[in-house]
Amino acid sequence: MTLLKVDAIETYLGQYHILQGVSFEAKKGEVTVLLGRNGAGKTTTLRSVMGLAPISDGVITYNNKPIHKLPTYKISNKGIGFVPEDQGIFNDLTVEENMKVAMKKKDDVTMERLEWILKLFPDLKTFWHKKGGYLSGGQKQMLSIARSYINSNDLLLIDEPSKGLAPIIVEKVMRSIQEMKEKTTVILVEQNFMMASMIGDRFYIIDDGKTVHSGDMKELKEDEQLKKQYLGIA
Amino acid sequence: MDVILGILINGLATGMLIFLLAAGLTLIFGLMDVLNFAHGALFLWGAYAGIWLYGQTESFILGILAAIAAGAIIGALLEKFIITPVYGNHVRQILITLGAMLVLGELVKVVWGPNLIQAQPPEWLKGSWEFGGLILIKYRLFIIAVGTVVFAGLLFLLNKTRLGMTVRAGVMNKEMVEALGINIKRVFLFVFLLGAAMAGLSGILLGPYSGVLYAEIGLEYGILAFIVVIIGGMGSVTGSAIAAILVGVLGAFAAYYVPDIAMAVNMLLMLIILIFRPQGLLGMKEAAKQ
Repeated sequence: MTLLKVDAIETYLGQYHILQGVSFEAKKGEVTVLLGRNGAGKTTTLRSVMGLAPISDGVITYNNKPIHKLPTYKISNKGIGFVPEDQGIFNDLTVEENMKVAMKKKDDVTMERLEWILKLFPDLKTFWHKKGGYLSGGQKQMLSIARSYINSNDLLLIDEPSKGLAPIIVEKVMRSIQEMKEKTTVILVEQNFMMASMIGDRFYIIDDGKTVHSGDMKELKEDEQLKKQYLGIA
Repeated sequence: MDVILGILINGLATGMLIFLLAAGLTLIFGLMDVLNFAHGALFLWGAYAGIWLYGQTESFILGILAAIAAGAIIGALLEKFIITPVYGNHVRQILITLGAMLVLGELVKVVWGPNLIQAQPPEWLKGSWEFGGLILIKYRLFIIAVGTVVFAGLLFLLNKTRLGMTVRAGVMNKEMVEALGINIKRVFLFVFLLGAAMAGLSGILLGPYSGVLYAEIGLEYGILAFIVVIIGGMGSVTGSAIAAILVGVLGAFAAYYVPDIAMAVNMLLMLIILIFRPQGLLGMKEAAKQ
């Protein structure tokens, strides 16, 4: 079942025509990976879905209802969590306060989810009263993911979670996304092909603002020509 | 010694008045990135509306409520019709809010006339207490108490409630707050109305403190509030509180000991602080770089 459908969207950033017809679908319970070189338009695609980079053409539907004309907060409240490329941590707020700002409810379900998150990321529990600005890059990434996951969102958009992190932290983050995959649908933008191929079910390659290829991740793993052509992987 | 203590209390009272005005201004700038030069007009309208109703009803409490309401209502109109169209453009903000300040100042003269308006404290706040040789004027202590309560309330709101945390988060990253499902425009409006209401409150408190009101106090105190916000660090409520007390107390001492330079003391203080801390006392370094 398709949860999110992006159909031929076009987005301008200032005078630049960044997205020139990106289309893809995210099916419920799957990890959909958006791949492509730097500057291909992957981050803008996620920001367009969230309404942070409004589209000028095309349609975005979530649960078969159009969402592209809604303001960002309404899109989020439909059940879409967002982990931006820069993590978006509120540096002057503690880990606890970062989580509290994100928590839409304080019911039993949310508290159970919080408990589960803190087991998944014990560092967050250790630094619960520490300001976000003092966390390491990896801890910030964990906090950003935790914040997007605390509400019972059906879909998570995660932008380059491995960027700038040490391999051991990347592994930790990857494991956490794998565990979340059992409870929610994920759209992942990732440069690290190893990571993407291990947790992704379906892929879309974006090049020059357009979707140029799609398929099962298993197929891509074996297609050396495609990897070389669009991802620069020999 | 008694003279020094007396001046200190006088300075603290002035500082608290300026703080009530500056706190809203610093939050509005910090969260909304809006340079609101019409903030003094909210103070002015609060003063006139509050003192007018106080005069009509002889109830100072009703006057205070009217001042808060006047500040908030004019603030809401200002935000919707004057400031919303110029979000993100500082030059236009300065021009249009300065214009609004002048228009609202003139409108006060249209409604209440151009003459000075007298204002006296209510009976229950008249007079003083005497401890040894020290005379403590009740109304000044009242202003200090109100300022302290408002400051404590603001700190509680900002640090202990989800709304306050959202405001602080919004100061840092508005986009992310929206992406977490929070309507930042509603938070903006709340902060604006809170700041406007505090400006109105500050206005009526000034009336019996200075004894007279005139239309130019809006611009005079508005500029003073801007100096305080810059010294304290834009966006920092605690910074504004410290700066307001510094400005109030130094101003009071200067007026007593070196009256010739009393007017220049605030500017001098701002100059010295900005040389050593361009971001202000408690402002973030990033703000100074921009």
